[in-house]
Amino acid sequence: MSTDNNIDKYRRQFLASATAVAGLAVAPGVILNQVAHAKALDQAVTSKNRWGMLVDVNKCATGCNDCVKACNTYNGITGVGDPKTDAQWIRKVKLTDKQTGYVQSLPLMCQHCEFPPCVDVCPTGASFKRADGIVLVDKHICIGCRYCMMACPYKARSFVHEPIHEHIYPRGKGTVESCTMCVDRVDDPNGPRDPACVEACNASGHKAMWFGDLKDPESEISKRLKEYGGVQIRADLELNTGVRYQNLD
Amino acid sequence: MKIPRYLELEGRSTGFYALIAILLAFIAAGAGAFLYMEHNGHIVTGMNNQTVWGMPHVFAVFLIVAASGALNVASISSVFNRKIYKPLAPLSAILAVSLLLGGLLILVLDLGRPERLIIAMTTYNPRSIFAWNILLYNGFFVVVLVYLWLMLERRFNKYSSIAGFFAFIWRLVLTTGTGSIFGFLVARTSFDSALYAPMFVIFSFAYGLAIFAVVMVAAYSWTGRALGDVIVNRLRKLLGVFVAASMYFVLVFHLTNLYFAKAQGFEKFILDGNTIYTKLFWIGQILIGGVFPLLIVYGKGLKSKGSLVVASLLVIAGGFAQMFVTIIGGQAYPLPLFPGKIEQSTFYDGVINLYTPSLPEILLGLGGVAVAIFVVVFAMKNLRMLPESLADEEIDPDYTPAEAESAA
Repeated sequence: MSTDNNIDKYRRQFLASATAVAGLAVAPGVILNQVAHAKALDQAVTSKNRWGMLVDVNKCATGCNDCVKACNTYNGITGVGDPKTDAQWIRKVKLTDKQTGYVQSLPLMCQHCEFPPCVDVCPTGASFKRADGIVLVDKHICIGCRYCMMACPYKARSFVHEPIHEHIYPRGKGTVESCTMCVDRVDDPNGPRDPACVEACNASGHKAMWFGDLKDPESEISKRLKEYGGVQIRADLELNTGVRYQNLD
Repeated sequence: MKIPRYLELEGRSTGFYALIAILLAFIAAGAGAFLYMEHNGHIVTGMNNQTVWGMPHVFAVFLIVAASGALNVASISSVFNRKIYKPLAPLSAILAVSLLLGGLLILVLDLGRPERLIIAMTTYNPRSIFAWNILLYNGFFVVVLVYLWLMLERRFNKYSSIAGFFAFIWRLVLTTGTGSIFGFLVARTSFDSALYAPMFVIFSFAYGLAIFAVVMVAAYSWTGRALGDVIVNRLRKLLGVFVAASMYFVLVFHLTNLYFAKAQGFEKFILDGNTIYTKLFWIGQILIGGVFPLLIVYGKGLKSKGSLVVASLLVIAGGFAQMFVTIIGGQAYPLPLFPGKIEQSTFYDGVINLYTPSLPEILLGLGGVAVAIFVVVFAMKNLRMLPESLADEEIDPDYTPAEAESAA
């Protein structure tokens, strides 16, 4: 019995040491990677990076809504409980093939296009694209004309219909908003972190979403795209989206 | 042809005061609706994240398109040098400015942040067709008001035809811009067509002339001034040409779509759906706004002012139906995100979007219409812009009693 206990003890010690060694071996890479992408808050973003996301539709579980919940919680998106008017930065879409009945589901949010129609049509320039590819709305100069919502091919934008009393990030009645790719996490001075949706997807165990730099050939997202490919939604519009999907049949 | 004598409206009758009171009541209701929406947010309107442009846009775009067309009469006199229309050119110009003002007011007051209008006026995104339109609208006011001034100030009359030509070009560009707001929406099957630009120009000819005709006949009838058959019949026939041309563009637009497999779903939705849009298209836009006016305009034995007014009112009603079908119907049809798939989501993907106009939106729209009419009446009351008489012998250089008959 005691021998068994000792064996267990040795096993635990060995595993702990092995993990520590492995950790030490991996840590510099992780830290270096973070340092490579880390940027001081007063430093402007550049086009050296292009941030993007990848969704493996096969891994995305029908009925799971964790990414949506995480987005709402993290970004403080509240509404009045009416899906017609409440803001939805990310939504789950269930697809059923008309001919075969094959069912898939995927998260749909701002696709962070390289050539975003919302930015083209915005009269004031409130809708803009950062040098690193993230498409945002400047809430201070948005006049609430909703032309970007008419122009967006993905219906990714929401108009704030009601007065906002509590908020975590800038939001305001009468302005338009959409997924920011959790831009505060991307801009973290300690290095970019996964957006809330990706983090929640990982935590749920589905691991269907990746975030990373599409311009960095060593990033996991680039490697996966190179190995398995990926498609754009409405690729016919040639907007070169920053969000790609795998196994979308 | 005599030099027309322009006179202000007397504006002392009970009818005049009643008209002003009714207009002010509508303007007050519109202002109230705006304050209500501004205070509570658009949550109190019928709009939502699927139908983002609602009833205010139907009113606003109709007025803006009609504004350009209201300049028809002035353009024909200045650009094409048809003298018979010259006495009416000032009314045509002021009507154009008023309609644009009414339309823009609605548009601005329906913004999510109307108090940021100054940003829209000072911060331009050069790639945005909306920003181009802001410049075109502001420019239209300047160009047409200068044109109006040159017409009303005798000393500068000789320059008015150059200004008129410039205004003519400007209004064509302006309506091209308005149509392109929809035509440039590449992602939506319902829009995404270069035809929207010329189609809106033709619509503007018809809608603007129809409003002009109603205002002209009302002003002359209510003030007891003479209005001869020659001008009435000319306008009647011209309206017919514009309505026919509008129908032609509608036909080409839908035939083109019907040929493309990707647009057939949308065409079935508009032309053969069990929705309000199908009814408004066939009954409103085609029958009331097209077929009936054509029958009245070209029908035998319908030569009176009454027939011009009825045809014009039908064209206006049809125009509203057209704007509703184009703007709301166009948004109601879902975006084609995943062809061949049934889409289900909490954001109404893949389904026909519902929109029910709310009272504040309708009141805001009617308020804009009332502002447009109020400005025209105010101008006619205070400025000498309406000829004292439009009797045939006053305006027609080659008038003979027989000509009035043959013109009909």
